[in-house]
Amino acid sequence: MNDKVHLDHEHVRDLLTAMLRIRRFEEKCFELYQSEKIRGFMHLYDGEEAVSVGVIEALEPKDAIVATYREHGQALARGIEMNALMAELYGKQEGCCRGRGGSMHVFDRATRFYGGNAIVGGGLPLAVGTALGDKMLGRSAITACFFGDGAVDEGSFHESMNLASLWKLPVLFVCENNLYSMGMALERAEAETHIARKAAGYSVASAAVDGMDVVAVEVAARRAIAQIHATSTPYLLECQTYRFRAHSMFDAQLYRTKPEIETWRKKDPVRQLQAWLEQSGMLHADEITGIEADIAAEVGAAVAFAEAGTWEPVEELERFTIMDRVPQ
Amino acid sequence: MSAATGTPAPRRMTYREACKQAIRAAILADPRVFLMGEDVARYGGCYAVTKGLAAELGEARIRDTPLSENGYVGAGIGAAIAGMRPIVEIMTVNFSLLALDQIVNSAATIPHMSGGQFAVPLVIRMATGAGLQLAAQHSHSLEGWYAHVPGLKILAPATVEDARHMLQPALDDPNPVLIFEHVMLYNREDELEPSITGVDIVSAKIRRPGRDITLVTHGGMLFKTLEAAAVLHEEGIEAEVIDLRVLRPLDMATILGSVARTRRVVIVDEGWKSGSLSAEVAARIADEAFYELDAPIRRVCSREVPIPYSAHLEKAALPQTPAIVAMARGLVKGG
Repeated sequence: MNDKVHLDHEHVRDLLTAMLRIRRFEEKCFELYQSEKIRGFMHLYDGEEAVSVGVIEALEPKDAIVATYREHGQALARGIEMNALMAELYGKQEGCCRGRGGSMHVFDRATRFYGGNAIVGGGLPLAVGTALGDKMLGRSAITACFFGDGAVDEGSFHESMNLASLWKLPVLFVCENNLYSMGMALERAEAETHIARKAAGYSVASAAVDGMDVVAVEVAARRAIAQIHATSTPYLLECQTYRFRAHSMFDAQLYRTKPEIETWRKKDPVRQLQAWLEQSGMLHADEITGIEADIAAEVGAAVAFAEAGTWEPVEELERFTIMDRVPQ
Repeated sequence: MSAATGTPAPRRMTYREACKQAIRAAILADPRVFLMGEDVARYGGCYAVTKGLAAELGEARIRDTPLSENGYVGAGIGAAIAGMRPIVEIMTVNFSLLALDQIVNSAATIPHMSGGQFAVPLVIRMATGAGLQLAAQHSHSLEGWYAHVPGLKILAPATVEDARHMLQPALDDPNPVLIFEHVMLYNREDELEPSITGVDIVSAKIRRPGRDITLVTHGGMLFKTLEAAAVLHEEGIEAEVIDLRVLRPLDMATILGSVARTRRVVIVDEGWKSGSLSAEVAARIADEAFYELDAPIRRVCSREVPIPYSAHLEKAALPQTPAIVAMARGLVKGG
């Protein structure tokens, strides 16, 4: 297992591209929400891109992912097509879930992407299960389970950490600690605010990492995954991050101050990486312009794809409520 | 073996033993099947269903869990999605409420919500019902709640034969299937015909034919209802007893066919009346067979109280044979 990160030109370009794809995709989503093309609850990932990109960079295709309702970043980083994701947000049947799930419930069989879970903490037991299943079936895959700091308040976090440790299951628990569970500040919700420390209560190894630094996240994730494979035990990686935008599209943000947001914006993971790459000469401005142009074209194409998409016939409303077979 | 015919003789066994044999056979038949739950391995199961199985099948296939209902039920869902065929045992339906999130928000939704990309081929077994003086946190009959939820299949085996043979088709089903075992049935004995190798998980069964009135019931109430039918027979009233067996989806064809013949119906359910499975059955009969009826649809259900500890109060809270007899007699004689 390779736990080293080689910061060659191709790799840093990939990291920046992956984060920019998420950022630009979601900027378009925000616009589309304003123009009522996208409805329902939508939770943007602005500011947290380094977490999903850094962790997923360290995963292999055989690995599984369980994510939350704020999962556009994970979905794109994992390789779910932008077209299918945008069509899903439009509610079109060309979407990855035929428009049944929407923003909060992205699933993709091809990439072992098991949601998109909108019950806080709901994904953690599922991740224990996919890891248990993989282990019993003799696969060497791990499950990466993303969740926020709010999930740590839930019993399912504690039950799942214990189960995964007790049964020696290959789960990488990734806490995206953005300091707020909706409007509830971490220090107002948790008596112990150092989330990584909680792992000790379950004999689980853990680390906290700067979640605004994609390279640091990738290094930490590779180290964690190497340890999971070497010891057949789970690992908790706390990624300290921040969301720049509101919790969802219905949030007046009364619970935090503008100076606080501005302070964190200075740590913007995309701008930080981009500035470093330009200063160090690893990536020229022209190249970044090219990346941006490619992404703009991809986002434009995704919007066109979603616009041209079709509605699932109402006659199919009940389809898949009860399955007639297990998809293979 | 019967020397005369060469066919295996019926074997007498308890409902508990039938559940155990079903689990054992399923695990031996398919390497993807395993059972997990609280105290299922070394303790042998809180109702002794899995006693001895861990020693034979190993603790990976008969897996003890910590007291984390939401955690291990969710793990069962995840393992099912990953390719296993888990059987999750929950001690009682009251405890299943700690796992309600995973059952209702994940198991029941993921196939539809994912646009059919994933099925959840999972079986969850649990004890239900009252009668052992276990009071208000171990005695309720909440299977009707689960029967409310699209995406789930709900079974209530009442006979030894069903206890033995409903598990395998439940495991073969690509959907989450919940099996409710009434606590008063575990010690019941019956003959099991070895020639029967499979039973369906789609239909209700007429356990006693009759022309005068239909009694619809399931699970632990089946035998009180059959007793009531025997009493009614002595009085010259022939009651037809339907065992629902499957609480979701309901086999309305069997119910409506019976009601069309008898024109009278009493629903016997250990659940409470308000917002219940018995209310659903009654509403559907009213919808679909109103003009077949010669009398109002009646119900005999538990009293609307938490089930109490004291034996006389517990008995008073639950549907009893005399109440079923009285309700049926009143409909036939008065109707």
